[in-house]
Amino acid sequence: MDKDRSQAYWRANIALIRNLLIVWALVSLIFSILLVEPLNAIQLGRVPLGFWMAQQGSILTFVVLIFIYAVQMDRLDRKYGIRK
Amino acid sequence: MSVELWTIGFVALTFALYLYIGWWSRVRDSSGFYVAGQGVPPIANGAATAADWMSAASFISMAGLISFLGYDGSIYLMGWTGGYVLLALLLAPYLRKFGKYTVPDFVGDRYYSNVARLVAVVAALFVSLTYVAGQMRGVGIVFSRFLQVDIATGVIIGMVIVAFFSVLGGMKGITWTQVAQYCILIVAFLIPASAIALLLTGNPIPQLAFTFSDIVANLNQVQLDLGFQEYTQPFANKTQLDVLFITIALMVGTAGLPHVIVRFYTVPDVRAARYSAGWALLFIALLYTSAPALATFARYNLINSLHNQTIGEVRQLDWANKWERTKLLAFDDKNNNGRFELTPDTATNEITIDPDIIVLSTPEVARLAPWVIAIVAAGGLAAALSTASGLLLVISSSVAHDIYYRILKPDATEKQRVFVGRIMVGFAVALAGYFGINPPGFVAQVVAFAFGLAAASFFPVIILGIFDKRTNREGAIAGMIAGLLFTIFYIVGVKFSGMTPWFFGVSAEGIGTLGMIINFIVTLVVSRLTPPPPLAVQEMVEDLRSPSGELPPEAVH
Repeated sequence: MDKDRSQAYWRANIALIRNLLIVWALVSLIFSILLVEPLNAIQLGRVPLGFWMAQQGSILTFVVLIFIYAVQMDRLDRKYGIRK
Repeated sequence: MSVELWTIGFVALTFALYLYIGWWSRVRDSSGFYVAGQGVPPIANGAATAADWMSAASFISMAGLISFLGYDGSIYLMGWTGGYVLLALLLAPYLRKFGKYTVPDFVGDRYYSNVARLVAVVAALFVSLTYVAGQMRGVGIVFSRFLQVDIATGVIIGMVIVAFFSVLGGMKGITWTQVAQYCILIVAFLIPASAIALLLTGNPIPQLAFTFSDIVANLNQVQLDLGFQEYTQPFANKTQLDVLFITIALMVGTAGLPHVIVRFYTVPDVRAARYSAGWALLFIALLYTSAPALATFARYNLINSLHNQTIGEVRQLDWANKWERTKLLAFDDKNNNGRFELTPDTATNEITIDPDIIVLSTPEVARLAPWVIAIVAAGGLAAALSTASGLLLVISSSVAHDIYYRILKPDATEKQRVFVGRIMVGFAVALAGYFGINPPGFVAQVVAFAFGLAAASFFPVIILGIFDKRTNREGAIAGMIAGLLFTIFYIVGVKFSGMTPWFFGVSAEGIGTLGMIINFIVTLVVSRLTPPPPLAVQEMVEDLRSPSGELPPEAVH
C-alpha cells in the first residue's frame, strides 16, 4: 500500500474509533453518571431510566459498539484492498 | 443426596475435565507455551478471555457488592465492561499485529529500551500478584463453605490443579481449560439467577424480570421502611465525582490488564482479534447484565427471610446456620426482643451480612435444589481458577520470557525457555498459595487496586505507543514510573496509613484515574523535551497501523 492510501486508511480508522468512543462516553459517563438524576425522573419498564442505563443499557451498548467496530473495519479493509 | 455430596461430585467432575484438557493440550515449544501457537479461533478466544477476566470477584463478590451499594454498584458493571470497548478499539488489533508474547515485549521493543521493558515487567508483576491474591481468597471461601474443609487444604487442592494444567499445557492448556471454565461458570451463574427471577416475578429471564416486574420498586419501598436510602438512589454511598473516577479507573485498568491483553496474542490475525473482543464482551455481558438483577432479587429475598424474624425461625434455616459458622453471617439480638432486625445504624443493626455470601447463598435462600447449590460452587471455583491460571502464566512469562530470555540470556534455546517458564509457573503457584492461606483482604477491593495500578502504568504507554509516533523511550519510562509511584503512594497512604483522601475526596479505588492522567502528561511532556524515537521504530509504528502482513523482523531489533 502506498503512503497516501495508508494514511487515508489510518484517518478513516481514527474517525471510526472517535465516533464509537463518543457513544461509549455518552452512555456510560454522561447518561449513567453525570445525568443520572434527571434521567431517573423517566421510567423504563418499571425502573428509573438513569439507573437502568447504569446497570443494563450501557453494557448492552458496549457489546454493540465492538461488533460495529469489527464489521466496519472489515469494510475498510476491503475498501483499501487489505483483505479480499 | 446432601449439598456436600453433590458439591464434591461436581467439583471432582469439573476438575477431572480440566486435568484432561491440560494433558491433551500439553506443549513443547515456547510459541505454544506463551501464545497457544496463535491458532485459537475468535469465539473460543472470546470465551477464554471472558473466563480469564471474570474472576472470583466477578462471580462471587460483584453481585453482593451491588446488592449492598445499589446504584453505586454500577461502577463495577460499567467499569469492567466499558474497559472492554477501549481494549477492543484502541489496543487489541495493534497488539495482535505486533505479535509477540507479552506486554513488556511491546513496551520494550516500541521504546527500544530494556529499562522500559523492566519497568513494564515490574508493573505486570505488581498488577498480577495483587490480583492473584484476591483469587485465592475466593477459592478459600468456596471450599470452606461447601466442602467443609479448612481454607488451607482447599487452597492447596486448587493450586495443584492449576499447576498441573498450566505447567504442562502453558497458554494452550490454559486457553482450552478456560473455554470449559467459561461454560461451567456461566451456567452456574444463570441457573440460580433465572430460578430466583422465576420465583419472585414469574419471569425466568433475569434481565427482563429486573426491568419489567415491580421488584425494584418493592425493594425501594422495603429499603425506605427500614431506614435505608432507596436502592436506585444514586450517590448514596459515594460522591458523584468518586463514582466517575472509580468507573474510569476500572475501565482503563481493564484495558491495561496484562493477563487480558495477552489473550489477544493467541488468535490467528488482526481481524480475529477484533471479533474475539466482541465475543468476549458478549459472553461477559451475559453475566454482567444478570448480576445486577440477581443482586436486587437476593437483597429483597434476604431482607424478607431474615428481617424481623424470631430467633427460633432463623435457627430453623439450615443455610443461615451454615453461613454463621463461616462467620460471614452474624446475628446479635441487641435489644433482646427475641427478633433480629436489619437497620442502617450499626448501633441497632442485628444482622451482619458479608457481601461475599450473596451469590453463593442465593440458591439456598431461595430453597433451590441441592444440585443447583453444588453447580454454583463449581462455577465459583471455575471463575477463580481460570483467572488464577491466566495470571500465573503472566507472572511466569514476565520472568521467564521478558527477564530471562529478552534481557539476561538472549541466546537461550527453545527448550531452556520453556523449562524456565515451567519453573516460574511452579514458583508463582507457591506464592499464590501463600496468599490464599494468608489472604491480604477483601476480594473485590484487592482486585480494584490491581485495576488502579494497571490504569496508571500500562494504558498510557501502550496507547501513545500506537497513536503517537513522537512518544519516545524517555517519556514512556518517566510516565510509567510517575503514574505507578503516585498511585501506590495514594492507595497505601489511604488504605494502610490512615491518610485522608486529599484529592477532592477521591477514594483509593478511583485514584488510578488521576495516576493515568499524570502518566499521560509526564509521558507527553518528557517526550517532547527529548529526541524523537529512531526511524526504525517510527516505521514499526507505521506498520502496526496496517492490519496486513507480518512485521518486518528488522523493525523490531
